[in-house]
Amino acid sequence: MSISTGSAWVDGSSSLMKRYKILRGTNWGKAAVVGVPAIWLAVFFFVPFLVVFKISLSETAIAVPPYTSLLEWDVEEAYMTFKLNLGNYLYLLEDAFYLDAYLSSIKIAGVSTFFALIVAFPIAYLIARSEGSRRGLLLALVILPFWTSFLLRVYAWMGFLKKNGIVNEFLLSIGIIDQPLIMLQTDFAVYIGIVYTYLPFMVLPLYSALEKMDMTLLEAAEDLGCTPMKGFFLITVPQAMPGIIAGCLLVFIPAVGEFVIPALLGGSDTLMIGRVLWDEFFLNRDWPMASAVAIVMLVVLVLPIMLVRNSQGKQEAI
Amino acid sequence: MTSSQVIDMQSSTVAAAKTVPSWKQDGAEPFVKIENITKKFGEFTAVDNVSLDIYKSELFCLLGGSGSGKSTLLRMLAGFEAPTSGRILIDGVDMAGIQPWKRPVNMMFQSYALFPHLTVADNVAFGLKREGVSNSEAKKRTAEMLDMVQLGHLGKRKPHQLSGGQRQRVALARSLIKRPKLLLLDEPLGALDKKLREETQFELINIQEELGVTFVVVTHDQEEAMTLATRIGVMNNGVIVQTDEPHDVYEYPNSRFVAEFIGSVNLFEGQVTEDEPDFVRIASPEAGASLTINHGISCAPDQVVHVAVRPEKIHISHERPEQKDNYLQGEIEEIAYMGSLSVFKVRLPSGKEVRVTQPNFTRHMGERFTWNDKVFLYWDEDSSVVLTS
Repeated sequence: MSISTGSAWVDGSSSLMKRYKILRGTNWGKAAVVGVPAIWLAVFFFVPFLVVFKISLSETAIAVPPYTSLLEWDVEEAYMTFKLNLGNYLYLLEDAFYLDAYLSSIKIAGVSTFFALIVAFPIAYLIARSEGSRRGLLLALVILPFWTSFLLRVYAWMGFLKKNGIVNEFLLSIGIIDQPLIMLQTDFAVYIGIVYTYLPFMVLPLYSALEKMDMTLLEAAEDLGCTPMKGFFLITVPQAMPGIIAGCLLVFIPAVGEFVIPALLGGSDTLMIGRVLWDEFFLNRDWPMASAVAIVMLVVLVLPIMLVRNSQGKQEAI
Repeated sequence: MTSSQVIDMQSSTVAAAKTVPSWKQDGAEPFVKIENITKKFGEFTAVDNVSLDIYKSELFCLLGGSGSGKSTLLRMLAGFEAPTSGRILIDGVDMAGIQPWKRPVNMMFQSYALFPHLTVADNVAFGLKREGVSNSEAKKRTAEMLDMVQLGHLGKRKPHQLSGGQRQRVALARSLIKRPKLLLLDEPLGALDKKLREETQFELINIQEELGVTFVVVTHDQEEAMTLATRIGVMNNGVIVQTDEPHDVYEYPNSRFVAEFIGSVNLFEGQVTEDEPDFVRIASPEAGASLTINHGISCAPDQVVHVAVRPEKIHISHERPEQKDNYLQGEIEEIAYMGSLSVFKVRLPSGKEVRVTQPNFTRHMGERFTWNDKVFLYWDEDSSVVLTS
């Protein structure tokens, strides 16, 4: 920059200088730390999302890949057409089957999340209150199932729940029932499968929230007239709230789109969006429809989560 | 603290001095009666057969080091620990089996234990709401209580937005709002810095006198105990070693432990040579002198005893004092100038080190003595105490 710039240029040069300063002030190390994951997300999440979104706006075709291109270029006529097919989305709204599938998925995921919370809370509480070395052991036990294949563990549940499985055998032998219970291929089995599989995702955030809690808070509550039960709801639950929210999201989101568990443990009438997606994709070979189903699922899941996170952020800001 | 509060405090101290304190009245009924309380954790005896009477409107301090059992005793009063044996009566009611949430007792916790998810006002109102007090009444009393601790303007804040001193006041307000008959305070000033602690001590005394609530304070800080307490119970190894008014605990410690725990003290071992009703004479090779004390003691002849002299009661001089007893000779080994006073460490021929403090009356007081000076140390007959245990 020249020093002899006239006064008319002062404004321009000062803004230039600002820009220059910003460039010089860029902390490249910081930019790299933020940039690398940002690029990763862009390449492996955002771009595929755009591809799926693009496919959802096309039509099926007997071709490879099995959908039409959005852009058509007629060389002879020098005519370019840009076709967006919203039919898939309209069809999703028209056919009650899809709405049922979404609602049923959300119901199954919601109920499973609730029971996962009920089961995980005492576990997390116990671990958070244990002594150091024992605590490590208990945490390891919670994570241990991840060391075996997820598929294998779901198959194991089939062995437990089937007609001549371990649970029925046991109940028959002690005479509580005289007919084997039909548990496999019911919604009940799906609930069991989801709660069992996703339990660690509930226990760990709950544990980390409860572990931070100061136990004298409960003594203070008792001292001020709370029974231990009241103290639990007035003090422990609010203290664990960040963990409860995190755990519920971590269980609910994957459970809505779950495919393997309802496929293996559920019955033919267990309607979940993951199975619908699979059927559209592999049985009907309707990639555009499958993509539309996936996009809508994303919107249905992401919007409420963003709302929850947003309100959480505001609360913390207060 | 405002000047009017200072005056209030002084006048109330004067008023208190005129009446005979309840613990000196014959037949006065104690408000808290601790009878032969023992608490064991497995093999470890935390509190060992303690009996103690605390009277209404007292500010009683349990003073002791860590692990002395003072906190355990406090937690038994609150109901968080059940005694292994013995009884606790509060206002004539046996507390055995009465849960913490049903006791007429509130506690202020060392960590304050403020509920982080509630505002200051909700924290203070917490106890009232559990009692089922109506909303408007709870609001009114909360506002009054916050005003009393001078936090009326901060009711909407969350605890993490307050300073340490403000949190301490919230904790105090919260523990007082249910108008407990007995307030237990666990190291109430422990987390504050020195200056704030001194201010808060006086405020605490004011509030206690204003409300007439009986306070039991646990502290490891002897200065805090001296300033706050109407009486001090000194605890060691689960036992109360001495219960007395602050002045008596300092001037008439009943054991070497108390003498050494409260303030600093010089102890000289010796043997009783004369034991008359109005004086004792003790020969102390350690001191290299014969020591007299102007009160009689009951002890066996030739018993080995300790003579305790506080450093500030010892005079230091280059000239031989005129008195016959109670003077020692030594050499100054260390001098520490501390502004308001100077501390001398004097080595006796026996090897014993004696600590002497002198107020710096004039600016050049400290310069009169220097290292390796041969000096005489002396004190009055009523400055020292004989300790038999």
